[in-house]
This record gives sequence, structure tokens and C-alpha cells, in this order.
Amino acid sequence: MTQAIDRREFLKLAGLGGAVFVSGLSGCAGMGGAKQEDFYFVQLSDTHWGFKGPALNPDADGTLQKAVAAVNALSFEPDFIVFTGDLTHTTDDPAERRRRLSQFRDIVGGLKNKNVRFMPGEHDASLDNGQAWKEFFGASYYSFDHKGVHFVAIDNVSDASARIGEAQLAWLKDDLGKQDKDARIVVFTHRPLFDLMPQWDWATRDGAQAIDILMPYSNVTVFYGHIHQEHHQMTGHIAHHSAKSLIFPLIAPGSAPKRAPVPWDAAQPYRGLGFRGVEAENRKLDITEYPVVKA
Amino acid sequence: MIPRRRRLLTLGLAAVAGTFGVRALAQDRVIRVTAKKFEFTPSDIELKKGEAVVLEFTSLDVLMGFSLPDFKVRTDIPAGAVTRLRFTPDRVGNFEFVCDNFCGEFHEDMSGKIRVTA
Repeated sequence: MTQAIDRREFLKLAGLGGAVFVSGLSGCAGMGGAKQEDFYFVQLSDTHWGFKGPALNPDADGTLQKAVAAVNALSFEPDFIVFTGDLTHTTDDPAERRRRLSQFRDIVGGLKNKNVRFMPGEHDASLDNGQAWKEFFGASYYSFDHKGVHFVAIDNVSDASARIGEAQLAWLKDDLGKQDKDARIVVFTHRPLFDLMPQWDWATRDGAQAIDILMPYSNVTVFYGHIHQEHHQMTGHIAHHSAKSLIFPLIAPGSAPKRAPVPWDAAQPYRGLGFRGVEAENRKLDITEYPVVKA
Repeated sequence: MIPRRRRLLTLGLAAVAGTFGVRALAQDRVIRVTAKKFEFTPSDIELKKGEAVVLEFTSLDVLMGFSLPDFKVRTDIPAGAVTRLRFTPDRVGNFEFVCDNFCGEFHEDMSGKIRVTA
């Protein structure tokens, strides 16, 4: 069962140009488990390097660089940075795909923080089962631990049919099997794991199986991309937060019969584009949304 | 002797769900749908509520998918083969279908509509 989170829960943060959302690992005060140190990470998503479309983003060749500069200008250093897929815009040409991946890697090499994690999106990986993407960024699914939180990256795009697949699901079950049921778990993925809008291809074919594997764990938060806008939804006790894009926004799910991009507004350039910071503090996740360019 | 109207044609369905059968009756209306980057033809299909039809898919280039989420039915459409899906709409309305196998740059535009009338 899914449930949209009331957007009125958002609190405007004066002076930061963003909004904060308290989510995920909250609600567990007084619970057992290892001590968690405070930390901060940044999520960027759907940069679509190589996209051409002046009506949607006349600065497609410059927005990623602006995002890198904005992250570098944050007032405090993140522990790490994660890109949740669609680093590049798709192409049928394998050589061009590699050229775009290489250019993307060079540009994000300008990030001051060098602890950067990557995930593929379907634009990067679905036409060659992730082959080129892995040449540049390594494994497409993995886990790591950071200051008392277990992070899991799930690849639901290398299979063009938007499946995680039996092998990866078995790995996920095994990986989580080593965690306590009250462990703090954060999942990164590209597509929504739940059926947000299958009519718009906003779903993962076997995402329900991943959610079933996650469900016994009491503190799980999922960060994903793909839909080019913020969206916040619960499946049971699991919170799912989608990120804005850094190329063009898409309209809200179900707001029109067909999925569509939001055209560039010259009066409000870069509107709807941005990234987020996530602060893990006192066993909560505080999400702050940042525009790519301050108004 | 089996009456003609009861004769069943076995169809090579890739996927069925809900009230969708694995076999089609001989009198079922057949609707041929071509898939190619990045469109279905026709993309606007009109059906009658309660009327069984067979959607007969052909892909002209790469592996495509047909997904009609409101009826929880889908099938792969491999290139070079005919894929058939028997479908009996049980409610009236307009329902979007999409290609759900990523097929290239404009994959997101590859969709259509089924209009079910009373």
C-alpha cells in the first residue's frame, strides 16, 4: 500500500534557497542499535549529458557545470556525493555513448569532494546492458557502510525491461541478511521501486520483490531519480524520495494523460532543476532541496 | 465434431494476466499493431466493452514491449515474430498503453490509447 506524503510537511528554510523535509530514519528515537555519527551527503540525478533541446534547456551544455559549482559552494562539505542515474542522454551509437560518459566523468571531476558514488539510469545503460557504463564507473549495484548507516545501490535499468533480476534480488537479500532488523538502511536506485505511474513507465517491473525484501527492516529510506521532480511517497513504513533533474523537469504524475516535459521558462530559467542535501542527524534524515542556480 | 464457434486457436502469447486468456476463439476480431522506433501503429485503438479481441503485434526493428497497466497486462514484442494477446476489456474508458522495454532516445514518447466504449 502506498501513500503520498503531505507536502505541507515541508518547511521553508530561510536563506538557504531550499526546503527541508524530515524523513526516513526518523521515528526511531530510543531504539537500540549502534551509535550514529552525524553526516551529510548530496544527491544529484538525471543530468542527461549530451541532451540537445533548446526549448527544454537552452543551457544543456552548461547546467551540469553549474551544478558542480553549486555543490562546491555549499557551506559545509558533504561526506559523499551520489548520482542516481541518467548521467548521460541515450544514443544508439556506442562510441558516442562512451564519449558522453567520458565527458560527464571529466566534468564531475571538478567536484571538490572526491568521494562520489555513481548509479546508471536507463539512458546510460539499457541499450547495452550497462556495458559502457561499467567501463567508466564499475559495478552497477553495490553496498557500503558509512557512519552507522548501510547504503545499498540497486540497478533497475541495465535490463531494458526495467527489471532488477533474480541474481541481483538474491544478492540484495543476502546483503541485507547481514543487517539487524532495526539497522538504518538507505537505498539508492534510479526508477521508483513501487508503481508510481506505470502508464508513464515510472515503475520497476520486479520492484515489489525488492520492497518485500526491504520490508522486514524497520528503518529504510529510498532515494531515486527518473521522474525529474521531487516526489515523496510511503510503501508501508518505507519512505521513497525522488530527486529533481539537472536537465529539464517533467510534469507531475497523473497531471495529464501523457507524460511531458516542462518547457524552459525564460522568465524563470532553471526553474525545477536542482539537487538535494541529506543530513543524517539524531537518527533522522533532513532533506534540503537546492536550486541549480539561485533565483 | 467440435462446433466451429467452439474451436480454439492456440496463440503464442508472451504474457497474460487477469481475465486474459491464453487461447483465442476463431471469431475474435484481430487488430494488427506495428511497433517501431518510437511509435505504435495504430496508436489509437477503439474496442467495445466485453468484446474479445486479439492484438497481434509485430516489431519492425528492436525488442519492444506493450504494457496496458490499467488492465495489468503486458507482453514483449520481439522483432521478427508475431506476438498475439487476447484481450476482453471489462470497463469503459480511455486507457494509456506504453512500450515498457527501453528502445532508445524517444522511448518515452512511445505510447498509445485504447478507447473502450459501451
